[in-house]
Amino acid sequence: MTYAVAQVAAILATALFIFSLYWMNDPKTARHAVVAGVTGMLVAVLATWFQPEIVHHGWIVLAILAGFIVGVPLSLVPLTAVPQRTALSHAFGGLAAGLVGTAEYFLGLTENPAQLTAFRVSAIVAEVILGFLTFTGSLMAAGKLQEVKWIPQRPVTYPGQNVVNIGVLVAAVALGVVVVMHPTAAWSGQVFYAIVGLAVLFGVLLIIPIGGADMPTVISILNSYAGLSAVAMGFVLNNKLLVTAGALDGSSGLILSIIMCRAMNRSFTNVLFGAFGTVQKTVAIGEQKAWKQETVEGAAQLLEQASLVVVIPGYGMAVAQAQHKVRELYDQLTKRGITVKFAIHPVAGRMPGHMNVLLAEANIPYTALVEMDEINPDMPQCDVALVIGANDVVNPAARYAKGSPIYGMPIIDADKAKTVLAIKRSKNPGFAGIDNELYVQDNTWMLFGDAKAVIGDLVKQLAGGSGLH
Amino acid sequence: MIDPSMTATAQPAPPDYWSMLFVFVLATFIGLGVIRRVSRLLYTPLMSLTNAISAIAVVGSIAVTGAEYPVTIRVLGAIALFASMTNIVSGFLITDRMLKMFKKQ
Repeated sequence: MTYAVAQVAAILATALFIFSLYWMNDPKTARHAVVAGVTGMLVAVLATWFQPEIVHHGWIVLAILAGFIVGVPLSLVPLTAVPQRTALSHAFGGLAAGLVGTAEYFLGLTENPAQLTAFRVSAIVAEVILGFLTFTGSLMAAGKLQEVKWIPQRPVTYPGQNVVNIGVLVAAVALGVVVVMHPTAAWSGQVFYAIVGLAVLFGVLLIIPIGGADMPTVISILNSYAGLSAVAMGFVLNNKLLVTAGALDGSSGLILSIIMCRAMNRSFTNVLFGAFGTVQKTVAIGEQKAWKQETVEGAAQLLEQASLVVVIPGYGMAVAQAQHKVRELYDQLTKRGITVKFAIHPVAGRMPGHMNVLLAEANIPYTALVEMDEINPDMPQCDVALVIGANDVVNPAARYAKGSPIYGMPIIDADKAKTVLAIKRSKNPGFAGIDNELYVQDNTWMLFGDAKAVIGDLVKQLAGGSGLH
Repeated sequence: MIDPSMTATAQPAPPDYWSMLFVFVLATFIGLGVIRRVSRLLYTPLMSLTNAISAIAVVGSIAVTGAEYPVTIRVLGAIALFASMTNIVSGFLITDRMLKMFKKQ
């Protein structure tokens, strides 16, 4: 009877999870997704909790309480810190899988060796390797994103790095095969600890050569791993709900990884083993042309006379906390009947979709947010392209400069607009360390300074100007 | 080398791993189909949502923590339960917080 209840609960939860993801296809229905997800989770947890073999309720209550105490503050982080939080939650997911796998193995070893069949031990080994490498890998990624001092931001590389990395993983898998063949030998427990150690090490080694520009891809890949480790846990515990939910998470991570890789014209192997951000020497593009600087008054005038303005935001906008000023600028311009659109590059920000969330927080309607592929055909009609803190995603060198690290990466065609206004903090090159010829184009005018201050001045200028008429 | 305990212990019906594999493959295809239709605007909340959903690992942690097992095993389970619960709570809350911000006008 309780078995049937548990099965029905699992089927119900699965259906709710699928509906939850389905409702994410439109911002209008998206909030139902959370309701469905929470309901599915509640059903699954209660059905498990009331199984007769669960006797230690105090421990469960305490662990759940602790989860609330840590989880609630983690949900209140500023939106610029969402990538770190996401990486941290992948780490927690990996840790849970790794620990449950370890517990199940030693439970089998000490209590019930008959349960350690070849298939089950294989699943446990897969769960533990995936779980612990996701744990440390995601912690490293979170540390890099949070810019923790003792984790280097720039990619760390050394000769033979890929051989070492693959060697560590192969060693872990090889020891895994040994444990599968001899699950109950006197030394199997030690070998199992070695597998855990190698997985922990591999997670760290995997992330240290990866630079900041690749973080959106890396987070997506780790998302996929976290899902797969939940799948492996499902195999170990013979639980189909875990397999389904893990597969949903894994496929989501997979799709996002593919989208991110395409958006940077890179392959998986290239992201994981290519150490982006180290090879590039600054590619000299033609003769050194000079910047042309524009005043705030001049820029305001250009904007006022436009009929289509496309704003191209980059992570620099979020760093400067300029999104609320951008909203004021949006108001000033739309008030004058000017169409304002935001061109969003898939890798703008530090995780998939990050820029959309940052702009939505500033109350910019999502109907004004346009994907790169949709905005590019309109760029020749655009009167002013306003580049705020974006660099590599508007660099025309991506189209032709072979040998440049961004060569082949799809870009937003800011250079095709009639006029380009670029707000830049300093004259230094961007994340990938490449010069950007967009800034020295004939129709480009630069506004140097902090994005928030510059846009604030523009808004003031526009507001003041309209007061005179 | 056959461990004598393997034959001695009464074994429950072995789990049907083939049907698990079957479920995994089907669920992956459903996942790919559904996720492909997710609005590109919502990739960040999608990731926090799928995070929370895959924290369904909590059911495994509850089984390990709450059953009549040796204390060390249950401690591992309790830590895993805490980690999963953190993901559930923060994942769903932050997803909702972000989704609330997406307004048409």
